[in-house]
This record gives sequence, structure tokens and C-alpha cells, in this order.
Amino acid sequence: MEKTGQYYQRDRLIHPPAYTPGYKTSVLRSPRLALLSVEQSLSDITGPVFGADEIGLLDNDLLRNYAKTGEPIGERMIVHGRVLDQDARPLAGVLVEFWQANASGKYRHVNDTYKAAIDPNFGGCGRALTDANGFYTFRSIKPGPYPWRNRLNDWRPAHIHFSIFGHGFSQRLITQMYFEGDPLIRHCPMLNGIPDDGARQRLIAPLDLNASIPLDSLAYRFDIVLRGRRGTYFENGQ
Amino acid sequence: MSSYLDETASQTAGPYVHIGLIPAQAGFDIFQNNFSNQLAGAETKGERIRIEGYVIDGTGAPIRDALLEIWQANAAGRYNHPEDKASPDAPLDPNFRGWGRGGTDFRTALYHFDTIKPGALPMLDGRMQAPHVNFWITARGINIGLQTRMYFADESAANAADPLLRLIEQDSRRQTLIAPREARDGTIVYRFDIRLQGDGETVFLDV
Repeated sequence: MEKTGQYYQRDRLIHPPAYTPGYKTSVLRSPRLALLSVEQSLSDITGPVFGADEIGLLDNDLLRNYAKTGEPIGERMIVHGRVLDQDARPLAGVLVEFWQANASGKYRHVNDTYKAAIDPNFGGCGRALTDANGFYTFRSIKPGPYPWRNRLNDWRPAHIHFSIFGHGFSQRLITQMYFEGDPLIRHCPMLNGIPDDGARQRLIAPLDLNASIPLDSLAYRFDIVLRGRRGTYFENGQ
Repeated sequence: MSSYLDETASQTAGPYVHIGLIPAQAGFDIFQNNFSNQLAGAETKGERIRIEGYVIDGTGAPIRDALLEIWQANAAGRYNHPEDKASPDAPLDPNFRGWGRGGTDFRTALYHFDTIKPGALPMLDGRMQAPHVNFWITARGINIGLQTRMYFADESAANAADPLLRLIEQDSRRQTLIAPREARDGTIVYRFDIRLQGDGETVFLDV
């Protein structure tokens, strides 16, 4: 039975708190007062619906969606996974957007001042809609690590940013995916702002050798879980 | 609890959120179809309004790398979503999705949305809510997206009865969600500043 009720209360203990002083920018951008807890209404249960006609054919192919004179430099890879809710139900037709640095750790962004080279054939963003079973997939090159101004010698582990819509606006989530085995992971103040070790580990995508394409691309698996929701059988059946 | 999966943990959108969500602001063009802060088309029903403001940090300075999304009902008070099965007097507007996204400007630090004023709509238990626009704010330094609502200052009777506004104990805090209305060169502008921290901190929601 399809569930259509309110979403489960968000478990904030598995998220980073707003204030994580190890990540310095959070100090002045974190609310200090308690969040106001409110009943959900249609404002929260509903959310924008996206259609396949809004997504271009190359939007999930970062090897080709900004190719000008050839393909981007770097390790070819596939990233794929499922979007599920907390009841392990697949979420179909939800928009997944992603962005990343190029193979040398440089972003195509007017504010990125890192000295590493821009790749003329790499835009660094894409998007996909999940299929009927909640699967998304995209192809790209593996992003490089890069330095950032936090402590003077802080380096981001290689990562991909994800933005995910569920079926309701209260499922909205932005997160980052990391790569199995990256030695920078344990030094990362952003990832380590998450207090729960299991929650941190679930942001680290394992190598998925079965999904790799022989002689072509490695693959990484990243499943995403959005908030689940109560059934409304009794409310509807009264 | 053990039979449920945990929600995936949030991480900050970072300073380069524009690349993925509004690439034109990052400085390049890649998608044929782009999402924007323009919610109302020529055929959309309802009063045209602009919502604009700053996102302000704990020192009082506006931040220039925030990304905001809004989600709202149409002029009749209905969301463009299959689970809003409102009565026939709140029809769907085929020319209004009700969702948009935009960044604070790198130079002026202002964000804005061009949209229509939404209608009132009921809670699930039938109590009426005042017209409002749902906001979701993310940026470098924001570890988990912040949710809030904007209400309209010219709806004082509806605001006084709104179940969410009535939950806020302090009147000064309630005012952080109510945007004043101004007519500027023929455009109706609602000014909605979002204060992340400190004096006048905006009421953020755990929904």
C-alpha cells in the first residue's frame, strides 16, 4: 500500500548539528535558538514534481555534457545507487542533482581560486530522475582532492555533492558522497561534524566492481535514504 | 527502530552549490533547461509579487553564497502535487508549479523571487493557515538545510489565526516570519530578510 501520510520526525542525531566549530564557517551561520516543531501540513507533505522532459539526454553523462574539444581528463567512473525512504521503499521519479570538482580538484566556478587547472571539457554537474525502482546512475571522472581555507592545511577528500528531492518538500536533502579508501576522509571537518559513525560511513561509497565496465570505467555505489512516512489507513478509513 | 533505515546524513552544500543547481551563477551554461527564481509566467493566475531580501550571518553581514528554494500554493491555495486533493474551489493552475530556486547575488547579496501571492489553505485537521511561502536555505557553513516560512504583513487577520504563528511564544520572534509589503515602481515587493543567528534570529522549523 502506498503511504501518503506525514513524514517521520527527522532524527537530528544522525545529522551534523548546525554549529560544528571544526568547520569554521558554521560558527556564524548556525542558528542558536531552538527550531520550532510544527505539525506537517500540505506545505510539507507536497513538493515539486519533475518530469523526464525537463532532463536532457546528456544531463547524467559528465564525460560528454560539457565536452568541447574532447573528453575530460581523469579516471572514468560510474556512480549509481538507489533512493529509498526509511521503510526501504524505492522513490521513483525523484530529481537527483550532483556537482563536483574536476580530476585536479578545481571547480568550474567564478569563486574558485585554487591554482589547479580548469578542464576545458568538464562542466562538473549533472542530474537524473530515479527510475521506477528508485535507481539513478551517472557517468563522470573521479574528482580530485583540494585545499580549502579552514585551518591552513585542510584538504577536502574527493567528494561529489548531491541534492535530492523526495516526494515532499520535507524530504529535501543535500549531502556529499565520499570514496572508499580515501586517506583524507578521517581528517575532514565537514564529514566529522556528523556525530554518528554509522551515518558517516554511509556517506562513503564503496567500489562496486560488478557494476564497473571492463576496460572502460570503475563504478561506485551510493544509496540515499530520505525520510519515511506514516500510512494513513486509519485516518482515511474512519 | 531497528527495522527502519536511517535517513542519509546531511552535508553542507558548500561554496560551489551554484555549479550543480544554478550553473549560470557559477559562470557557465550547460543544461538546456534551467531552474530559476521566476515562478510566474504570463498566464499564471494571481497577484504578481516579488520577494526579496538578505540572508544575514551572526555578525549582521549579508552572505553572498546562499542558495534558497521556495515552495508555495497557487493563488487559490492549492499545491501543484498529486497529494493535494483540494476542493473544486481551489483548482490547479496549469501555469504554476510553485517551486523556484535562486542564489543571493555575489555583488549585492540580495536574493529575489518573482511569483504570485499564494492563497490560504487548511491544515490536515481543517484549521486554516494564512497564506505563506515555504523557504529552504542552504549555503557554505550551513550543515543542514534550514526551513522557514514567509507570511504576508497585509494578511493580519489570517496571520493572527495561523496555527504555526500562534505556536511562537514571543511576538518579536513571530515578526521574523512576516514580510512587509511595499509598492516600488509598480511592482509589489515583500521584503523577507533571513537572520541565521543573533539579534532577530529567524524562526526556523523542525517539520
